[in-house]
Amino acid sequence: MFNFLFDAHQLSDFLGSGIGLSVPLIFAAVGGVICERAGVFNIALEGQMLLGALAAAVGANLSGSAEVGLISAVLTGALSGVLLSILGVSLRGNQIVIGLAITLFASGFTSFMSRVLFPEGANSLRLDGFRPFGLPLLENIPFFGKILFQQDALFYLMLILVAVTMFVIYRTQLGLSIRAIGENPGAADTAGVPVMLLRYSCVIAGSAIAAIGGAYIVLAQVFLFSDNITAGKGFIALGAIVLGRWNPLFATLACLLFGVFDALQLRMQATQPDIPAQLFAAMPYVISILAFVGLIGLVHPPAAGGKHYDREVR
Amino acid sequence: MIHRLTLESIVKNFGNFRANDDVSLQVKTGSVHAILGENGAGKSTLMNIIYGLYQPDSGKIFSRGEEVSISSPRRALDLGIGMVHQHFKQVENMTVVENLILGLKGQWMMKLNHHRQAVKQMADDLGFSIEPEQQVWRLPVGMQQRVEILKLLYRNADLLILDEPTSVLTPNEIGPFFKLLRRLREMGSTIILITHKLNEVMDISDRATVMRSGRVVANVDTAQTTQRELATLMVGREVVFNVARRESKPGKPVLEVNDLTVLDDRRLEAVSGLSMTVREGEILGVAGVDGNGQAELAEAITGLRSAASGRINVSGMDVTGISVARRKRDLKIGFVPEDRHRVGLDLDATLSINSVLRSFKERPFSRRGWLDFQVIDKHAEELVSRYDVRMRGVHQKARDLSGGNQQKIVVGREIEGGPKLLVVSQATKGLDVGAIEFVQKTLLAQRDRGTAILYISTELEELLNICDRVAVIFKGRIAGEMNVSEATSERIGLLMTGGRT
Repeated sequence: MFNFLFDAHQLSDFLGSGIGLSVPLIFAAVGGVICERAGVFNIALEGQMLLGALAAAVGANLSGSAEVGLISAVLTGALSGVLLSILGVSLRGNQIVIGLAITLFASGFTSFMSRVLFPEGANSLRLDGFRPFGLPLLENIPFFGKILFQQDALFYLMLILVAVTMFVIYRTQLGLSIRAIGENPGAADTAGVPVMLLRYSCVIAGSAIAAIGGAYIVLAQVFLFSDNITAGKGFIALGAIVLGRWNPLFATLACLLFGVFDALQLRMQATQPDIPAQLFAAMPYVISILAFVGLIGLVHPPAAGGKHYDREVR
Repeated sequence: MIHRLTLESIVKNFGNFRANDDVSLQVKTGSVHAILGENGAGKSTLMNIIYGLYQPDSGKIFSRGEEVSISSPRRALDLGIGMVHQHFKQVENMTVVENLILGLKGQWMMKLNHHRQAVKQMADDLGFSIEPEQQVWRLPVGMQQRVEILKLLYRNADLLILDEPTSVLTPNEIGPFFKLLRRLREMGSTIILITHKLNEVMDISDRATVMRSGRVVANVDTAQTTQRELATLMVGREVVFNVARRESKPGKPVLEVNDLTVLDDRRLEAVSGLSMTVREGEILGVAGVDGNGQAELAEAITGLRSAASGRINVSGMDVTGISVARRKRDLKIGFVPEDRHRVGLDLDATLSINSVLRSFKERPFSRRGWLDFQVIDKHAEELVSRYDVRMRGVHQKARDLSGGNQQKIVVGREIEGGPKLLVVSQATKGLDVGAIEFVQKTLLAQRDRGTAILYISTELEELLNICDRVAVIFKGRIAGEMNVSEATSERIGLLMTGGRT
């Protein structure tokens, strides 16, 4: 059953597919980390990925260019971030409820719009997506070269994104301010940090990044759009954020774990036809629930997460 | 002469409540200016306006003679105005240096090494040393306060507003703190000191502004006034500093705490191996700097927090495994919590409901699971008249009452339960002089009826005023215990900081 782990070729195929499956998760998780570090819960990741996926399909289909698809996804994600900020930061709505509302809306809206925009069915699209290309020299590294450096542009973007996010959050004044408004916005405010501006910026940027996760599925994996194409990945990303303790790099590693389990379950479905496929399909979700349960009380989330900030409150 | 700061006719309302009413004020450059007033006189509101946290409804602010509009703390800092709040505005799980550089403008990278050096140097210049890499929550309160002051100086603030800075310090820390203030004044800073402690005003300030009910009632040169004059100005009448009381006649032990250990929310020992006894008809005071285990001790006795080890006997029975409800009902433990807003009252419920929060499940307030609102209302009416609660009616929300009247409801409710043991935590925090007097008299009367009272407070004078014995708590242990006749503030103050007598 696990013989493939001992064969270099099969193992690299397996890991490659695991990493591929984790890329959308990583975009969503990093986007979510940025929001939550600033003290705003973004439960809308799933919906934002869906919106991103549809926007990418529409953009790429109309223009014939994958780049335009990507930009459409980013803008759509940012727009959903503006909505979340207005409702959840300025108007002080419950961020959990708003996030769920956005996801439910996105689920219905994308299914509906795909029927309107693609009367022949979005399933039959053959989009021009991002195709893999090797990075010179790096692709020749034995074993890892093939997994990490024969990928598409979005994958490389993801690597850069994780690195940049880590750098900004832990090494710059901006990152210090972001962490501070997630911990104690009152302290940050009195120290001269523009709390509202920064919360808006983080939510909008984080939402746009989550939308790229949806775009990745459409533009680099399946090249078409179908209803609920993200299949709960946004929620798994939420699990990865907790498991990764709100650290972008650790969250990325958590996503890789989920991705590898996803690849494993796909392989098991194929090789173990006697066992109901649904059991395997549930695996990544079970892992994410276990991760949540196992960490209760052990992790320290941003202290001001989900809490509204009002200077004049007495 | 140009003043560092001038306020003209500042007005600020919160809903129907006028917190600042036509306040005008001039602060001389390079002076220590005290703002004196009772709790709720509008001092903190005024300072938050100067610091850009609140916007005034009308009035003008001048900084160095120029009219300014202070829309945010960021703007205030640009004008050289900085504020240390009573409850520090720090990110506790960040380091000292991170807190200091938070929000600095014009920099992209954190440059921790550079700032670490600069911070150390600045602390040296002021005459103390600091560990820049220490996380703030690990620091003692006095040091956290210095970090707050450094934070302002690091941003080149030359007008420092300090809101009740000594309320978190022990008596022995106050001297060095005032030395620091004098050093800052020598270095050219202007300091606004908010306080309600008269001796501090006399000790350190050059000029004082007295506020009462949101208005300025007097501006005086400190050199030309007396404590008694200031007190009369502040309260608006002659003040009685002592409540008359009789000697206690202690009876059998009611509360016996033996080798008690309690963990705090961080799972660290807050109370470690503490023992104490309170007898019938006496008040045992627990003195100590806030955060030395008082809250956890009170919660362990009342059952809100479980004990890690040790015994708590009430009327001879070990209660460590007994629920809060049974401790209240069967063992008659009453509790006046420190945080009346979160623990003592349901602010959005009526006075009626609040008056039976502890007993609504019992007859006559409920029968077969149904509440009898007529009985409850009648009970509430009696309670508010007996405890002199000023209100419009028992169906008013608790939130709408002043702090003093809220506290009277809590104290009244607990006493009406006929407690054998009453745990009272910071009962007079935020109350005005009149309410303090009332609460203290009520507690003394209850003592004379035979209740054992554990009275936790950080205010020394108050403890000396009302208690029969005083125990000093330090780092979760009793550092010393004495009869009130042998107690002096110096002796208690020393024990509060871990010194020996």
